[in-house]
Amino acid sequence: MRKHWIAVIALTIVGAALLALLFLKVPLVPAQAAKQAAQIDTLLTVQLALGGAIFALVMVFLVYSVIAFRRRPGDTDDGPPTEGNAALETVWTIIPLALVLSLATYGGIVLRDMLRPPPGQELVVKVNAMQFAWLFEYPQYGFTSPQLRMPVDQPVLLRLASRDVIHSFWVPEFRVKMDAVPGMEKHLRITPTVIGNYQVQCAELCGLLHWAMRAPVSVVDGAAFQQWIAEQRK
Amino acid sequence: MRTLLSLGLLKGVIAGLAGTAVGMALTMVVRSALGYPAWQPDQVTLAGTLVGIPAYLAGVGAFSAWWGWVLGKGIEEPGGHHFWGWTRYFGADPNHKVIGIQYMATSLVVIAVAGIYQLIARLETSQPGLQFLSPDTYNSLMSLHGIMMLGAVLLGVSGMINYLVPLMIGARDMAFPRLNAFSYWITVPAVFLLLFALPAGGFDTGWTGYPPLSTKAPLGMQLMILAFYLVGWSSILGGVNFLATIMKMRAPGMGLFRMPIFVWTALATAFLQIVFTQFVGIAFLMVLLQRVLGLGFFDPAKGGNVLLFQHLFWLYSHPAVYIFVLPGLGVISEIVPVFSRKPLFGYRLVALSSFGIALQGAIVWGHHMFTAGIEEWLRIPFMVTTMLVAVPTGVKIFSWLATMWHGKISLDTPMLFALTAIAVFLVGGLTGIPNGIVPTDLYIHDTYWVVAHFHHTLFGGFVFPAMAAIYFWFPKVTGRLLNRGLGKLHWALMTVGFFVTYEPMFWLGLNGMRRRIADYDPALGLGPMNTVVSVAAYVIALSMLVFFVNLVASAWRGTRAPANPWRSRTLEWQLSSPPPEHNFPTPPQVLGSPYGFGIPGSVHAVVTPAGGAGEEKGGLGRVSSG
Repeated sequence: MRKHWIAVIALTIVGAALLALLFLKVPLVPAQAAKQAAQIDTLLTVQLALGGAIFALVMVFLVYSVIAFRRRPGDTDDGPPTEGNAALETVWTIIPLALVLSLATYGGIVLRDMLRPPPGQELVVKVNAMQFAWLFEYPQYGFTSPQLRMPVDQPVLLRLASRDVIHSFWVPEFRVKMDAVPGMEKHLRITPTVIGNYQVQCAELCGLLHWAMRAPVSVVDGAAFQQWIAEQRK
Repeated sequence: MRTLLSLGLLKGVIAGLAGTAVGMALTMVVRSALGYPAWQPDQVTLAGTLVGIPAYLAGVGAFSAWWGWVLGKGIEEPGGHHFWGWTRYFGADPNHKVIGIQYMATSLVVIAVAGIYQLIARLETSQPGLQFLSPDTYNSLMSLHGIMMLGAVLLGVSGMINYLVPLMIGARDMAFPRLNAFSYWITVPAVFLLLFALPAGGFDTGWTGYPPLSTKAPLGMQLMILAFYLVGWSSILGGVNFLATIMKMRAPGMGLFRMPIFVWTALATAFLQIVFTQFVGIAFLMVLLQRVLGLGFFDPAKGGNVLLFQHLFWLYSHPAVYIFVLPGLGVISEIVPVFSRKPLFGYRLVALSSFGIALQGAIVWGHHMFTAGIEEWLRIPFMVTTMLVAVPTGVKIFSWLATMWHGKISLDTPMLFALTAIAVFLVGGLTGIPNGIVPTDLYIHDTYWVVAHFHHTLFGGFVFPAMAAIYFWFPKVTGRLLNRGLGKLHWALMTVGFFVTYEPMFWLGLNGMRRRIADYDPALGLGPMNTVVSVAAYVIALSMLVFFVNLVASAWRGTRAPANPWRSRTLEWQLSSPPPEHNFPTPPQVLGSPYGFGIPGSVHAVVTPAGGAGEEKGGLGRVSSG
């Protein structure tokens, strides 16, 4: 009896540790390029490690049982008639409840941080989505551009609108996404942190050329941004 | 030839086509008379189907009994039938076992077609670049794959419940046998409509059909909406029937807490079908009215609201996920105790957990809309309710593990499929957590992560359990055993194929692969992994081919099955294989738990064997002359 429990507990710990190591060491996500990305990646890693531990627990019990408790040839007897165990059943109701509520709380805290308007002036960009293109309007500077250019470390408020059907703004390196809905204006906050060139892709199926609805996004230093603004306003 | 012409299906198709032609012609005449161009695809085809479908149903014979009653002719007793052999499967027959087989066979046919659609579409995404499909064809194939597979799952669920529930509760048939036949036969035109959708121009909205896109999509969209409507109608009527049957037709002594878990899951499923299906019906009706008559439900320029559709749609379509998976989880709960030779651990909690899942599933729909721009605070309560679904689901999984612990486990084909189902469903549940937690969902929503996640839940909650169910109950249904070697080959190919297809999709999604795209940027570096996915998808297809060969060959020439090959205790196994036309000549007396393995003196029920006068064996190919 005891040896089975020791074996499965040991195997579960090993399995959970291996999976956690996998999720921590193998690069699963693209490079981070926004403040929001760091928090989301940590949250994701916690969920993956926890999920890995639960997966290890269930699979170790399952595979171990199949091997250790296999029916021997010719044995037609039934197993021990255990019909339940109130304490055990309570435990496996309460523990998952506590786990998922903790995760939801953690997720709620991260969400609150992401939604909170940053101190100081935000750069406002009005994102106009249409089949199958993006246009970026800079109301503070009075021009429109086919590419999204932002200064590094500057909080940006994207005001998303659509001219026809639903689209969705997504730059994988920034992680967060938000739909552009006809007849409404939706907001998304991003603070780019790494200078470089990225791509916004439409994430909500919008028709024939949905796959091709992409536009260049670049994050530049403050001086380069000011220079670009000056060029655009000419 | 005469036999062929007597088939309800054929008569129905002829009547349906004639009715459709009449409806279309009338509309075109009226339109011309009013001075409009005669041809307006949406209006003309809608009128055609509105006439064609009742004509088809009349041709099939779905109204015959009710019509006879209206005319005062009296109603033919179900089962007092002049149908012989295979022909009864192609007409309106009120026997629940016939209907169960009809549903299941239709489901498998639709799965095959929908699978082939995606195999073609999948090939296109194996490498970056548009190789051989136009984006239009890709979108249509991908969209039809989704909606047809979900339709097939609903049909499969109805098939399993129809065949098994009356047998398991010791009833002679369903509560409303003719309504039951009607419920099946209205799904057949839905299948035809979906098959016509591709030549009619397809549609590019995915199965979710969000407006405004769906209000502008080609004619295929409208055929899909009508098909959705018919299947939904069938689902509501089926739910009423399941509910009435389970509540009113149980054998003496079959208290609620003596019912097999599968019946519990069927009860929870029926509740979801009755309560929620009409929401999606209304949602699509509004899209239809906007398309046909120009009403502005989802047109902001006319005061419409685009997000309204998504609320109504997911108010059904999330609970629908539990309609899809609960019966499958019920199948696992039936199979694990039999092949572990132990009672189901924590029976009462497992029974109630189905209702826990059903009730919680009803209040989580907003988690499909975290990025859609619903109220920001509203995302928090939806996140919490979504997380809570893990609790009753966990109860089921832990109970299966505890049932196996110290059991005497044999790995027959049904058990192999059930165990894979547990593993796959578990991954589906765990990978759903990042979808349910808002910040991570903002990242992975609408990517291949989601595609991988819901294919895990549907394979783990329906496909693998349905395969387990077919391998388990096939001997009961046909009186023949499925080939064991082919079964294990099917299992091995499908299990390996599944994991190699869907695990890489999580990585693809995290790395920028959006869902529903015909092509992707080569710079993302996703080509090699997509190739792996495509190859593995064909391994799943190969496994299904093995399965179909096994089904046909074993039904034809399989070894004769004994009444109870798996030494199960539930009622259906106490009857002959296949069971008699009316199941139980006298109602069985239920005395105890269906899972009392190893408990000295435990008896589930006393069944008086069939063989009385006038009772013959029914089932495939043979029928009582009543």
